[in-house]
Amino acid sequence: MDCINNLSGCLTSGGLNPALSQFISILLGVVMVTLFPLIIVIFLIWVERKIAARIQDRLGPNRVGPFGLLQSVADAVKLITKEDITPIGADRVVYNIAPILSVVSVLLIWAVIPFTPLHIGVDLEIGVLYFLAVASLATLGIMMAGWSSNNKYALLGAFRSVAQLVSYEVPLVMSLLVPIMLAGTMGMQDIVNAQRGMWFIVSAPISAFLFFIASQAETGRGPFDLLEAESELVAGFNIEYSGMKFGLFFAGEFVHVLTNALLLATLFAGGWVGPFVDQVPLLGIVYLSVKSAVFYLASLLLRNTVPRVRIDQLMNFNWKFLVPVSIANLVVMAFLLKLVQTFGLSPAPDRANDFIANIPQAVILLAGNIALGFVILTYVRNHGRRERLAMETSQSAGQERERIRHMGAVGD
Amino acid sequence: MMVPLWMYLVVAAALFCLGAYGVLARRNAVAILMGVELMLNAVNINLVAFWRYQAPLNMAGQAFVAFIFVIAAAEAAVGLAIIISVYRSRRSVIVEDIDLLKW
Amino acid sequence: MFELNAQSLTFAVFSILTLGGGAGVVYSRNLIHSALYLIVSLFGVSGLFILLSAPFLAAVQVLVYIGAIAILIIFAVMLTQSMTQMRAILNRQAWLSALVMGLMFVLLVVAVIWPVFGTGGSRADIPVSDMVATTRDLGVALVDGNQYVLPFEVASLLLTAAMIGAIVIARDEDPK
Repeated sequence: MDCINNLSGCLTSGGLNPALSQFISILLGVVMVTLFPLIIVIFLIWVERKIAARIQDRLGPNRVGPFGLLQSVADAVKLITKEDITPIGADRVVYNIAPILSVVSVLLIWAVIPFTPLHIGVDLEIGVLYFLAVASLATLGIMMAGWSSNNKYALLGAFRSVAQLVSYEVPLVMSLLVPIMLAGTMGMQDIVNAQRGMWFIVSAPISAFLFFIASQAETGRGPFDLLEAESELVAGFNIEYSGMKFGLFFAGEFVHVLTNALLLATLFAGGWVGPFVDQVPLLGIVYLSVKSAVFYLASLLLRNTVPRVRIDQLMNFNWKFLVPVSIANLVVMAFLLKLVQTFGLSPAPDRANDFIANIPQAVILLAGNIALGFVILTYVRNHGRRERLAMETSQSAGQERERIRHMGAVGD
Repeated sequence: MMVPLWMYLVVAAALFCLGAYGVLARRNAVAILMGVELMLNAVNINLVAFWRYQAPLNMAGQAFVAFIFVIAAAEAAVGLAIIISVYRSRRSVIVEDIDLLKW
Repeated sequence: MFELNAQSLTFAVFSILTLGGGAGVVYSRNLIHSALYLIVSLFGVSGLFILLSAPFLAAVQVLVYIGAIAILIIFAVMLTQSMTQMRAILNRQAWLSALVMGLMFVLLVVAVIWPVFGTGGSRADIPVSDMVATTRDLGVALVDGNQYVLPFEVASLLLTAAMIGAIVIARDEDPK
């Protein structure tokens, strides 16, 4: 029996009790899905530091081990051997639970990601909604960390973090409604199966872009890293954390970025879909890894090249730009999808996996997205032009007043 | 073999009584609000248990619970806004101190 | 009646979470701990929803109650107390209300739940059907013209009104 593709069936045919063999296969799945991100984060930190270094025109870690590969291991050892300080007056139980909650809320997402056509942690009927629910737990961890540190700066940092995280959940949810609409279901495996014909990033690029930005802000990365920036508010909510607890926050953030790349690949770029994936299911993991690596690199590039935004710019950007854009995107996509279905241009169910049959629908949706993007860019350009004009007139008016004042003072 | 219905009802009744005790016995307005949330959750458990055991094909149970979610969220938002506003002017959220309208 | 299978064990775990969290909410002196016990209780309720074949409601419970309402409550606790006094004081009538609530619980179980739904009760032997409506049916029910589209629209209007009202009430009045 094919042991890799159907472990419980293999064990049962080998003479084991069917309930026990199912339990063993589930246990193995849980262990692998939980340990894999924690182990790969060691490699991820190295990738991140090397790429950030090259963008900043320096070398990055290159002393510990070949090409600096063991740098993260050295850092982990350093963090473990540091003294574990708990501040006076801190709430001990809450203080200790906060980093655990932060990491657990990210690892729980890995339970619903489909790695191959046959391997998924649990194929929930409501996979995408489960991801959103678990992602909202991260705000709890940060809140608990900021409060229990008994430190005003930690509390202020936690307030700002929670404000940012809760605000950026809105465009995140609304951008995820579009692949749900296109696939007609919330289950992750069904969404990936619906992309066999055409990836959703072709039919809905604005949604993919919105999800990319919103998830970048949800982790506190890239231009939105006001929460953990060392130069702002003395490092935010994790001031009082040292040693491995800080390491947990740190590792949790890296796993979160990888999870976002994985989700972007699964929900918009087809996940494990690729040539020959039905015959050799393990090829699905290869395709998924390549796609999520591309998105991870994009997120790294964004982080290392764009300057940090202020807290009020962050809030304005969300509520005055991202939320209206996501609402408009949802309405336009729903309208176009219904139009396509009414005119019979959507692929027939028996030809849903065919690339050619999906082209008319994809072209119409892509045209709608491009039109919407054009409208948005025009609006943004006019808005910027008006603001620049207003600033210049007020500046020149200010300079006029200065000149008149000077002339008046000199002429005295 | 599923858990019998009355066990869910007992859990819901216990949660409701705990929430009602929280509303009656606490002096802090936010703590009272937490008791109200417990009561709403007890009602939700009741509704979903009855839906599952008595009429699983009729969507009334789940739809009702969805509307209770909406109403609980709206009530929590407005209630907490009022509490914060009262705190700003009276510097206290003990409900026995908020008695300007008493005769 | 009390057979030990995976489902009854899960039910026991989630019930203990729910009721233990609820007890922590009403008995804890520290208000932040009360809020955290509330979160534990809400998790328990979400687990009970999953056992009752309502996965959509379980996810929405976590998303709305824990991800938004609980955080709102924690914010309110932090903003309306000074950092040194987090004690919650019990009312003078705490003992009386405990007695009354205990009596009400016993009354509910003995007089309402057990006679009707307990073993041998009047409605105890309705068989539990295995055909359950899916999330898709809930979605259709919420927008179907003959079902719940009107309460759905009214609920969204209510949320808008509540949102605007909360912002207006809690806004700082700038002395201009």
